[in-house]
Amino acid sequence: MTLLPAFILPTRLVHLSPIDVVIVVFYFALVLAIGWYLKGRANTGEDFFMAGREMTAWVAGLSFLSANLGALELMGWAGSAYQYGILATHWYWIGAIPAMLFLALVMMPFYYISKTHSVPGFLRLRFGEPSRVLSAVSFAFMTVLMSGVNMFAMAKVMQIVLGWDINFSIWVSSLTVAIYVTLGGLRSAIFNEVLQFFLIWAGALLIPILGLYEAGGWSNLKLQIAQRASDQYVHLWSGLGSFSHNPMGIHWTGIVFGLGAVIAMGYWTTDFLVVQRILAAKDIRSAEMAPIIGAGFKMLVPIIVILPGLLGLAVLPEKLVPESMAAVTGAHSYNDVLPLMLARYCGPGLLGLGVTALIAGFMSGMAGNVSAFTTVWTYDIYRPLINSKGSDHHYVTMGRWTTVIGVLISVGTAYLVMQFASIMDYVQALFSFFIAPLFATVVLGMLWKRATGPGGFWGLLCGTLSSIGMWAWVKVDPSALRYVALSPDAKGLAQDMYQALWSFIVCLVVTVAVSLATEPVPDGQLTGLVYGMTEIPSVGDVPLYEKPLFWAAVVTVVFFILNIIFW
Amino acid sequence: MISIWFFIGISLAVNGALILAAGIYQLMDPPVNPGVVLYNLHANVWWGAALLLFGLIYCFKFAPGRKA
Repeated sequence: MTLLPAFILPTRLVHLSPIDVVIVVFYFALVLAIGWYLKGRANTGEDFFMAGREMTAWVAGLSFLSANLGALELMGWAGSAYQYGILATHWYWIGAIPAMLFLALVMMPFYYISKTHSVPGFLRLRFGEPSRVLSAVSFAFMTVLMSGVNMFAMAKVMQIVLGWDINFSIWVSSLTVAIYVTLGGLRSAIFNEVLQFFLIWAGALLIPILGLYEAGGWSNLKLQIAQRASDQYVHLWSGLGSFSHNPMGIHWTGIVFGLGAVIAMGYWTTDFLVVQRILAAKDIRSAEMAPIIGAGFKMLVPIIVILPGLLGLAVLPEKLVPESMAAVTGAHSYNDVLPLMLARYCGPGLLGLGVTALIAGFMSGMAGNVSAFTTVWTYDIYRPLINSKGSDHHYVTMGRWTTVIGVLISVGTAYLVMQFASIMDYVQALFSFFIAPLFATVVLGMLWKRATGPGGFWGLLCGTLSSIGMWAWVKVDPSALRYVALSPDAKGLAQDMYQALWSFIVCLVVTVAVSLATEPVPDGQLTGLVYGMTEIPSVGDVPLYEKPLFWAAVVTVVFFILNIIFW
Repeated sequence: MISIWFFIGISLAVNGALILAAGIYQLMDPPVNPGVVLYNLHANVWWGAALLLFGLIYCFKFAPGRKA
């Protein structure tokens, strides 16, 4: 009988060999070494909170993408691809690419030239203190709770996949993140996110390569999926003409307007977790190029996320089931598809790298949450509301302590979720309440000079409350889904799309109505904040292949070609 | 300041070397039950070698003190 260390449980999906363990331990050592090395470069507020605003387009762009490429994202969307087929790709293409390009070409110049430290900071400049406080408090609160929820979910995954004790996973990962972010600030978080980007590709790319080899190529894979599931599992758009003709129960209007035009725009252009990485860019050209570089790579992510899920449909001998059924029957759930494929193809060493990619994804996601929370707390809550006269050194010290406290609150949330599992659903739903209305507020503020402070505040508040109201309505009376999502066939994801769309419209209408009923803001106060009142700085006299507009056009063409190929 | 790309080179090179070593060990002493599908392709040998090569190129190109 083999004796296992106390933190390893006997039942698990994969078994690590000693070489795998060495690879995992090396990753932890490297991220701590990077944090230690950078500790001397985080002495001022600009260094600690904004990484010195000296990141190149590539570093900012990959970090921007990595902050969103967490382990739960990888495993969750691979599971969704198994469950819904290639439709899950919409969250990577139309649910990201147009929004990233819009951020780069339309919104980034305003964020950048206003020299704001955060998205709530921009709201203060444009709409005044009430809007900033509303958005900062909701963002800080939800970010740190989300971090805890993700921490628990990841610890649960580590328990299922590797047999690691939940407490061990929570404390080792959170302490490591706390140490390297406290030492090196945003720069340390960004460095580790770029490292994670490479590890994820190195660890996950073999699955689709070997999977396609085993399945006999893409054409054979499609045939096998059609036999085992449905022909609609390999079409992006052709089944979206009706709610009932596709595995997701969604209509194309929900995908285009709810996901592409509202949720994606809201997330990629106003969620400070990702926008903070771009604000750290060294100049306006890098700030515009970074989201475009991110968009280019985002289009490739389905290769390592969606394709393994589709391959699972074709090559795995067992049939995966929903999480609720898996808990009762002991079968593997949809969300296990990525670890199952990892275990299917990856022997000693490769398995360690794959597991390291998952751990790295989780830790950098947590570091992203914590560094964004720290900045918003220090600059948008603590400084304006509690102590506005502190020195730069004082705010850096506050930032370091806030990092530790943020991690501890996340750990507390993780344990709370462990006791009351339903909290996880509530927190994830709550986070989505703020995204769509916030996008309406920010984009109106940037593009419409008539928008006023009271208009921005009341629009944001009413949009958020309407989102909460719709969610509560469906919770109390599930049949209300037919009104919120326009069809009795609609499923959970469709509800999110339409809920976002309606709350966006509510925010838009209220902001316009209140703005027209209140005094306009004098033109002089809008310089550098609103389109038409601001001279957009040139990216400089650079050749065509270095211009953001050129690369945005290239990404757009590739985006359309991909959608047509997989129509 | 040491470039982030140098750290990435270190990470890929070390991981590549470890994976390659594990693959070569399996070639020399093949397991009775490999436990993975497509074992005959020896993915850990060529994937480990590719990572090692890629990592060494990054380490060399972005070595501290060298102009990239």
